[in-house]
Amino acid sequence: MEKRVVFRSAWLPYALVAPQIAITLVFFFWPAAQAVWYSFQMQDAFGLKTQFVGLANYAALFKDGNYLASFKVTAQFSVLVAFSGIAISLLFATMADRVLRGAMAYKTLLIWPYAVAPAIAGVLWAFLFAPSIGIVTYVIKGWGINWNWILDGDQAMLLIVVASVWKQISYNFLFFLAGLQSIPKPLIEAAAIDGAGPMRRFWTIVFPLLSPTTFFLLVVNIVYAFFETFGVIDATTQGGPGQSTNILVYKVYHDGIKAGDLGGSSTQSVILMIIVIALTVVQFRYVEKKVQY
Amino acid sequence: MVENRPWVTFFSHAILILGVLAVAFPLYVTFVASTLSLKEVMQMPMPLWPGSHLVENYSQALTGGTITGSRASVSHMLFNSLVMALVIPLGKMAISIISAFAIVYFRFPGRMFFFWMIFITLMLPVEVRIIPTLQVITDLKMNNTYAGLTIPLIASATATFLFRQFFMTIPDELAEAARVDGASPMRFFWDVLLPLSKTTLAALFVIQFIYGWNQYLWPLLVATDESMYTTVIGIKRMIVGGDSTNEWNLIMATAILAMLPPALVVMLMQKWFVKGLVETEK
Repeated sequence: MEKRVVFRSAWLPYALVAPQIAITLVFFFWPAAQAVWYSFQMQDAFGLKTQFVGLANYAALFKDGNYLASFKVTAQFSVLVAFSGIAISLLFATMADRVLRGAMAYKTLLIWPYAVAPAIAGVLWAFLFAPSIGIVTYVIKGWGINWNWILDGDQAMLLIVVASVWKQISYNFLFFLAGLQSIPKPLIEAAAIDGAGPMRRFWTIVFPLLSPTTFFLLVVNIVYAFFETFGVIDATTQGGPGQSTNILVYKVYHDGIKAGDLGGSSTQSVILMIIVIALTVVQFRYVEKKVQY
Repeated sequence: MVENRPWVTFFSHAILILGVLAVAFPLYVTFVASTLSLKEVMQMPMPLWPGSHLVENYSQALTGGTITGSRASVSHMLFNSLVMALVIPLGKMAISIISAFAIVYFRFPGRMFFFWMIFITLMLPVEVRIIPTLQVITDLKMNNTYAGLTIPLIASATATFLFRQFFMTIPDELAEAARVDGASPMRFFWDVLLPLSKTTLAALFVIQFIYGWNQYLWPLLVATDESMYTTVIGIKRMIVGGDSTNEWNLIMATAILAMLPPALVVMLMQKWFVKGLVETEK
């Protein structure tokens, strides 16, 4: 799409894009290029000398058991967050679309967590599930389960999944609700007249028509689980116990800032960048095509 | 509704009420904890009814912070958060709207090049370039400054796209009429484009206010000095050790203070918020 009517000026358009381009160059392109450059270098133990080592950092990384484990943890975490988040919000949105009374009230009450920062969501749930004083812990212990996410890796994973999903439900819910409301009512009515019950109508008409929204949310939720949950993890498990919640982004931060491994951390950054680029390409490809079947 | 099935309607309400309770429960417990004394919070189980220490806890947090963890006062942190939550959306709106204006309403060499340059930033979130970006900030001596906290987060492809899309829907006749009447491009921008963009600007502001307020990783790296902590960082710094050494009543009071401004924005500007959310992403 192009505009038919345009203005002419030799300098004005450059002046208008200049601020954004300047910030982009200094804070996006330059650091990204640096990350790529550092990823080909290795620093000695004192940080005095750097040496060009080619792909050695990459080779070392893919031989590192911790890094491969972090990939597995990230995959597990993002699948859990994306699927449970989408399923729960789709359920709520379908119900909210059905009811006539109180739909607005439900909507208002369900969008709250969007305003909560991921790190705070982490703190709230860590408090509820705190091994010695948490109120939920009290209930769980009453059932005879030994709850301590500080020591148990699976429980730590469950904690960060619950906190991340809780925070993301409102976002998914709003998109599903908008999607449901744009489905033409005559389609549903025709199916009802033909004798299809609510469940049948949902799976054969509503769900297929929602597929563009679902797909879009799937990508958004995976990106969310990959990157934005940094706050949740830093405020709760900090990657532990052991490596059991050490997702890729947290490992980049930990290795680079806490452990001071410039080359290794930059190499991980470059790999993450490749993942983001792949996700963005997939998102644009399919959102444009409008997945529907 | 298509047909009347009382049981299904009943079931829908039941699910929704359960959902609302599950969503609200952590918030409620947080509020209750913020009104209790430290001793009451540490009880097992903690009371589920608000206590009498509300004023005490909040004034302690606002003026003095915690004793075991960070001692920085929360009122100053709220101010820092507010700076981020205002400067980021305003800056983002300003630079995005003018660059979208240039890209849509002008033909100039390098136009597509700039467009793609902005587009690619979508693929470079802070999280993937942590260390080198921090290096740039250090080189520019922007650690622990408001400029360092805000400027790097101002550039945004999504805002530019949003304005570009919106400008595309504006009828060409408007620009044509402006040109016939001899209006300069900037005159057209101020008198026609900007007033038409009001709703888009409002929607974007709401979303970006929340984005700015809730930033975590960036202030964690740039604001290492206590006086530059934002509220979200402050909460993290108050949690120092095991369950029993933290002053959970003060931490929870701070959490409520940190959640209140963005929650109020979401509630009071719900219409703009929903519009901004659904449109910036699609």
